Amino acid sequence: KLLEEAEEKGPESESAETSSSTRPALPPTFSLSEIKNKQRRQLMFMKLKQEKRKQKLELRKKRRKEREALGDKAPPKEVPKTIENQRVYDETTVDPEDEEVAYDEGTDEFSAYFNKLINPKVLITTSDRPRGRTVRFCEQLATVIPNAHVYYRRGLALKRVIPQCISRDFTYLMVINEDRKVPNGMILCHLPDGPTAHFKVSSVRLRKEMKRRGKDPTEHYPEVILNNFTTRLGHSIGRLFAALFPHDPQFQGRQVATFHNQRDFIFFRFHRYIFRNEKKVGIQELGPRFTLKLRSLQKGTFDSKFGEYEWVHKRHEMDSNRRKFHL
Amino acid sequence: MADKSQTCSVWLGSETGILKGVSLSKKRAFNFCDMSSVSRDQEICALTWGDRQESEVLVGCVNGSVKTFSTEKGVFTETRVCGDISQGRFTGIAVTDRSLITCVESGLLKVWTEGSADTVEINVGGEVCRMRQNPSQRHRVATGGKENPLKVWDLERPDKPIFTAKNVRVYDPSTPQRRPVLEAEFGEYPLTTLALPAGHDRVVVGNTHGQIAILDLRKGLVRGCMKGLAGSVRGLQCHPSSPLLASCGLDRFLRIHSLEDRSTVHKVYLKSRLNCVLLSSRDLELVGSDAAGEVEEVKEEERDEVWDSMETVSEKGEKRTVEEEAEESRETAEKKEEKKKRKKAKK
Repeated sequence: KLLEEAEEKGPESESAETSSSTRPALPPTFSLSEIKNKQRRQLMFMKLKQEKRKQKLELRKKRRKEREALGDKAPPKEVPKTIENQRVYDETTVDPEDEEVAYDEGTDEFSAYFNKLINPKVLITTSDRPRGRTVRFCEQLATVIPNAHVYYRRGLALKRVIPQCISRDFTYLMVINEDRKVPNGMILCHLPDGPTAHFKVSSVRLRKEMKRRGKDPTEHYPEVILNNFTTRLGHSIGRLFAALFPHDPQFQGRQVATFHNQRDFIFFRFHRYIFRNEKKVGIQELGPRFTLKLRSLQKGTFDSKFGEYEWVHKRHEMDSNRRKFHL
Repeated sequence: MADKSQTCSVWLGSETGILKGVSLSKKRAFNFCDMSSVSRDQEICALTWGDRQESEVLVGCVNGSVKTFSTEKGVFTETRVCGDISQGRFTGIAVTDRSLITCVESGLLKVWTEGSADTVEINVGGEVCRMRQNPSQRHRVATGGKENPLKVWDLERPDKPIFTAKNVRVYDPSTPQRRPVLEAEFGEYPLTTLALPAGHDRVVVGNTHGQIAILDLRKGLVRGCMKGLAGSVRGLQCHPSSPLLASCGLDRFLRIHSLEDRSTVHKVYLKSRLNCVLLSSRDLELVGSDAAGEVEEVKEEERDEVWDSMETVSEKGEKRTVEEEAEESRETAEKKEEKKKRKKAKK
């Protein structure tokens, strides 16, 4: 069998080399998937791919020569289409000069924080009976967020926890939900009467799993970067994250927490930076990293049955278009 | 300003205290407010027409003041203080021939007559969620709320309610029985608003999750759902003549759906969270035509308490008032005695 295949490969490869685009005597409606023999089919397909690659390379070289020949008169480079480029324009995108939105944000539940009246105080807890990974994740989160305290859940109902937190002057309640020994959800509740956001957490990497990481974060207040929260809903969520951290970042600590929104996923990273000279920066990633996806935003404090929702993710209605994003 | 307000066919009240008018023919939204006094305690919680010709809008604010807005002139004409913030928010405003009826959460129902400083006061019980006026017999008012059963009051005899109900369902006060005729359930989340389309055999409900459904009243089945809302439905209003439904909610959009094929006809982004909607009764597409409607604020429901939102409708041909309610509540022993029921597993 092997000898036969070698003989077949022989004549085929020769004919392929002689004419780069024709196969040995095939009818025009032939397609590679009709060859029943798996090995021969795979071989033909591999050859087809190699030829296509060769053609593409030739085309690219030709275009580059033409571009260099034209010099200044060359047409501008075409920008490839990406999903972010093709994003459907969202009419709730916030205009920076909009008065009504500015007024709305100036008097909403976060106004106490943004008017520099209150400093944040965060309570981190989990769902009942957390496993090791979740516990370590909570501890690392507490080092990243200043003025955060981790408490063990002990089976308490959240509705009873919330009034106690309010009486002890907490401004945020963060509950990490665990499923199958891995954190998979987060409820972030702004305390006096503020909005509650429910996120799906994925891709959690703890500190020891980070490659080339730096030393542990210090107690300095980090800076906060919020990227790409453009719509009205995105603005609300961005403010929710911003109010987690104290106002005055200590630049001496050179630590920065980033919440980057892309395609409705929010990526959290924590870095330490150092400016080597004016143009070059070195960064080290410390701390945990995770991604969040917003599932719902509720207007009052956490109340799963009777609360009023400001935004709810409805999969069949909202996810039907690949180019429409809400944050 | 005046020409803008004359073209607006839908009026909405927002949480920031701004009265918004939307002109569907021009596809534009306008804000009407006096910029100097915009503040959160002026949050609009109730809207109603000031008169039958629909030339004035009465706006009830959280701080207890009722403002009158003239649609012809396009400005706020007067302000009246009808209570203060300690009594709770307005749950209903209505107008009879010469007087204004207001009801607040604490249960105080007041009738303010023009010209005289006296007010007739009735205490309807605590924790009132809604107050509605019977459109045909305008001196009758119905109130209801948490732990506060449905009561119908006649304002000329303010001492005692005409009819008191124990639980809330579809009621027919003209029949001798005091039993509800139909109970219908929808979804797992509390229903926030109700609206009655012109046909009298259907009711449209909205819940806190942003789901709007049309329920059939003969059997209590769900006829269909409207898509698109992402936030809690705060206001629903059906147009009296054409089959249109306006809805507004916490997701800051006003949507107009067609009742027949449940498609979205218009969608307008208004930048603040919306509390109530008022439609004018003329054809929405024409300039200057309006439909009257009112949707009011809603409260959340606790365990063992009764969810209540009501409207009164008068049927042609038969002089009856049917008060309808669709609700979500725990099963009680009384329910087992009712005729048509459907049990659903509750959380």
